[in-house]
Amino acid sequence: MKLLTGNDLKTGFVTWWTGSDWSIHIEDAVDVGEHGEAILAVEEAARRVNAPYIISGEMTPDGPRPAHIKDRIRALGPTVRPDLTLKPADPAAGDWVI
Amino acid sequence: MYKYDEYDHAMVAARVAEFSDQVRRRLAGEITEDQFKPLRLMNGLYLQLHAYMLRVAVPYGTLDSRQMRMLAHIARKYDRDYGHFTTRQNIQYNWIKLEDAPAILEDLASVEMHAIQTSGNCIRNISSDQWAGAAADEITDPRPWAELLRQWSSFHPEFSYLPRKFKIAVIAADEDRAAMRLHDIGIQIVEKDGVHGAAFYVGGGMGRTPMIAPLIKDFVPLEDMLSYAEACLRVYNRYGRRDNIYKARIKILIHELGADEYRRQVEEEFAHVKSLGIDPPKAEFDRIAKQFAPPALDASAPDAIDRSDPDFAVWVDQNVAAHKVPGHAIVNISLKPIGGIPGDASSAQIDLMADLAERYSHDELRVTHAQNIVLPHVRKADLYAIWQALDAAGLATPNLDLISDIIACPGLDYCSLANARSIPVAQKIAARFSDLGRQKELGELKLKISGCINACGHHHAGHIGILGVDRKGTENYQLLLGGSGAEDVSLGTITGPGFDEDGIVDAIERVTDRYLAERSEGERFVDTFRRVGMAPFKEAIYG
Amino acid sequence: MVEHLQTGGEEPCVTLDAFLEQSNATAVRLEPDEDARALIPFLDRLALIEVAFPKFRDGRGYSSARILREAGYTGELRAQGDVLVDQIAYMKRCGFDSFAPEKPINPADVEAALTRWPAHYQGAADGAVPIWKLRHG
Repeated sequence: MKLLTGNDLKTGFVTWWTGSDWSIHIEDAVDVGEHGEAILAVEEAARRVNAPYIISGEMTPDGPRPAHIKDRIRALGPTVRPDLTLKPADPAAGDWVI
Repeated sequence: MYKYDEYDHAMVAARVAEFSDQVRRRLAGEITEDQFKPLRLMNGLYLQLHAYMLRVAVPYGTLDSRQMRMLAHIARKYDRDYGHFTTRQNIQYNWIKLEDAPAILEDLASVEMHAIQTSGNCIRNISSDQWAGAAADEITDPRPWAELLRQWSSFHPEFSYLPRKFKIAVIAADEDRAAMRLHDIGIQIVEKDGVHGAAFYVGGGMGRTPMIAPLIKDFVPLEDMLSYAEACLRVYNRYGRRDNIYKARIKILIHELGADEYRRQVEEEFAHVKSLGIDPPKAEFDRIAKQFAPPALDASAPDAIDRSDPDFAVWVDQNVAAHKVPGHAIVNISLKPIGGIPGDASSAQIDLMADLAERYSHDELRVTHAQNIVLPHVRKADLYAIWQALDAAGLATPNLDLISDIIACPGLDYCSLANARSIPVAQKIAARFSDLGRQKELGELKLKISGCINACGHHHAGHIGILGVDRKGTENYQLLLGGSGAEDVSLGTITGPGFDEDGIVDAIERVTDRYLAERSEGERFVDTFRRVGMAPFKEAIYG
Repeated sequence: MVEHLQTGGEEPCVTLDAFLEQSNATAVRLEPDEDARALIPFLDRLALIEVAFPKFRDGRGYSSARILREAGYTGELRAQGDVLVDQIAYMKRCGFDSFAPEKPINPADVEAALTRWPAHYQGAADGAVPIWKLRHG
C-alpha cells in the first residue's frame, strides 16, 4: 500500500493522510494507490502539510505499517524515550519499530 | 565572559525581527518551503524526524548561569522538558513548533544568545577548548580570538552561500581538547620568540571523506588573523566544488589542489585582502579580551581535598582536572549516566548546573564537544558540596574519558538524515561495561557513535568508533579502531564486516579483552592499537 | 531603493569571452565560474557588469562583486538570476547596486530587507563602517 506522510506546518508534528484530512496517528492512514502525487500537490499548496512524501507500507492486523524503519520511528516517536512516543503506556511499543 | 554592547544587541534584535518576518511569510503562504528552508536553517531551525528542531549557538561553549537557566526555560516552556548538548558545543531542542520559533529567539536574545548560523552553508558557531581560561597548559585564553571571529563571521555578506558548511575551532594549548584539526579551519594560538601568533590548519573534517587538516601557515601575526581567514574563505568560496554536495567541503578542494597550491592561492589573496583594512585594531581585541579577564581566584585557597567519602573520591579522581590557580579545580559534569542518552539533560538538571555555576564557579559553565558540561573555576574546598548536589540530580557519573563516556549523535531516533539508531547502541555498550572497576581498568577509551556517514558522532575520531548504516532496510553497525580527535589526531580504520545491535556490543568486548591481553605498561587502548596494528583485533573479532 | 530593481535585459551584455576578444563593449556578463579578475584591466571602460546567479545557493557571485569593487570598479554592478529578497542585503554589501531577479520581488520586501540592519560587523564593499570602528571612533 502507498501512504502519505509529512509534518504539520505550524507544529512540525508527523502526520498521515486519512483520505480527507491529516492525523498524527498512523492507524488512521489510508492507502492512496496511484493518487498520492495529486493529493500532495493540493495539500501542500494549501499548507495543510509540510514537506510531504509518499511511502510504501503494508496493512497488518495492527494497522498500516511503513516499509522503512525511519517512517516507523516517525509514526511512533523516539524509541529511547517511550514516554514521549504516541504510546507511552505500552512498554512494548518499541518492538513494532524493529 | 563577553557581554553584548548596544551594537551586538541591535544586530541580534534585527535578526530576530528578520526571522519573525520570514516565519510570518511562510505561515501566510507567501514563500514556499523550498525558499524558506535555507532561511530557517541559517537560524538553526531544521525539520527533523518528529518535529522542528532548533539548534541554539553556545559561542565557543561558554555560558553564564542566566543563559543556562534560559536554556532550561526554553526546554520547559516550548519543548518537552529537556535539551541535547551537541558535539559542536551547542544545544538542540527536538520538539519545537514553527509558530513558537520567533518567541524562542526573542527569549534567547534577552540573555545575549541566538541561533544564528547554526546551520546552513555558512560559517558556523566557533568552537574552542572547554577548559579555556582555566587550563594549566594554555598559553593564553583562546576565547577572545573566538569572539573576534564570531563577530567577523556573523552575517558575513560574502560567505553566507558557501559551497558547504564551514566550521572553525580555536585553541591555545598543545593538548587539543577541541578536535581542532578536524575542522575546516583549526587555529592554534602559538608562541614564537615571545610573540603570539596563529597557526592555521585548513581542510580537516569528518563526514564521508574524513581528513586531518594540513598546516597551511605556521605563524599568522594575530593582527592579520581575520584577513588571513578571509583569504582562506575567499579561495574556497570561489573554487570549492559546487557540482557534488559530497565533494563540496574545503577539505576536498585542498586535497585536490594540494596543500602547497592552496597555500599559494591563499597567500596571493591575503596580500590583496590585507590592504582592505578589515582587521580591527588592537583596541577592539583589548576591549573583548578584558571581558575574558580571569576571575579573581584566591591562590592561597586550601589545596587539600577531604577524600573520606569513597564515592566522592572516585569522582574526584575521574572527573576533576587541574586548574591553573592553586586551590582550584575544573569540574567535568558527565552527561553520560549508564543507560542514559548521551548529551541529554532535563530542564531541572540544566537549572541545577546553572545554580552550581553561580554559587561555585564564578558564574561560568562550558559545553564540551564530548557532550559534557564543565564548571571551570571551582574552589577545591567546594568540591564535596558540588558533588553531593550533582549526585542527587544523577549528574555525578564518574566516567570522564572512560568507555561509557560515549559521544553519540541523535541517530535515527531523532534525525532525518540518520540510517541507524545511535543512542540504543550507546546505552547497551554502557550497560555492558557498567562496572566502574572494569572501566577504569580499560583506562582512557574514547568511544564515538554516528548514525550515518555525516559523522556528527565523530566516529572517525574515536579510539573505538561505530558507524550505523542501512543494510537492506535493517540497522547495521561498522566498527572502526584507532582514531583520535586530540593532539595525537588520527582517523580510525574499519575492522571489517558490520554487526547488528547486539553483535557490535559483543565485538567491542572482544576488542577490549584483546587490548587487556596485548597492552604494555602505561599504554592506553589507542597506544596499543598503534603498536600492534589491526591484525590481533581483527582476529579477536572475527576469529 | 526600489529604483534599483531591474526588469533585466535592456543593455546588451556580452559574455566574458566575447568581451576579452573584441573588447569595445561596455557591458559584460560574468558567469559564476568566470574569474572576475580578468576584467580588472578594463574596468574604467565598463558601464555595466552583470553577475549571474543561476541558483541562489551558488555564492560565487558575491566574491566576484567584491573583487570588482575592491579593484576600483565604479560602474553598475548587477545581480541577475535567482535573486531572492532575502539575499539582497548581502548582495548590496558586496557591491551590487542593481538587481534583476528572474521572479518578481515585492518592492516593499526589498525596502525592508535593505533597511533592516542597524550596522555591520565586518567591512565589505559597500563603504559601511564596521561595528568595531564605530566602537573605537
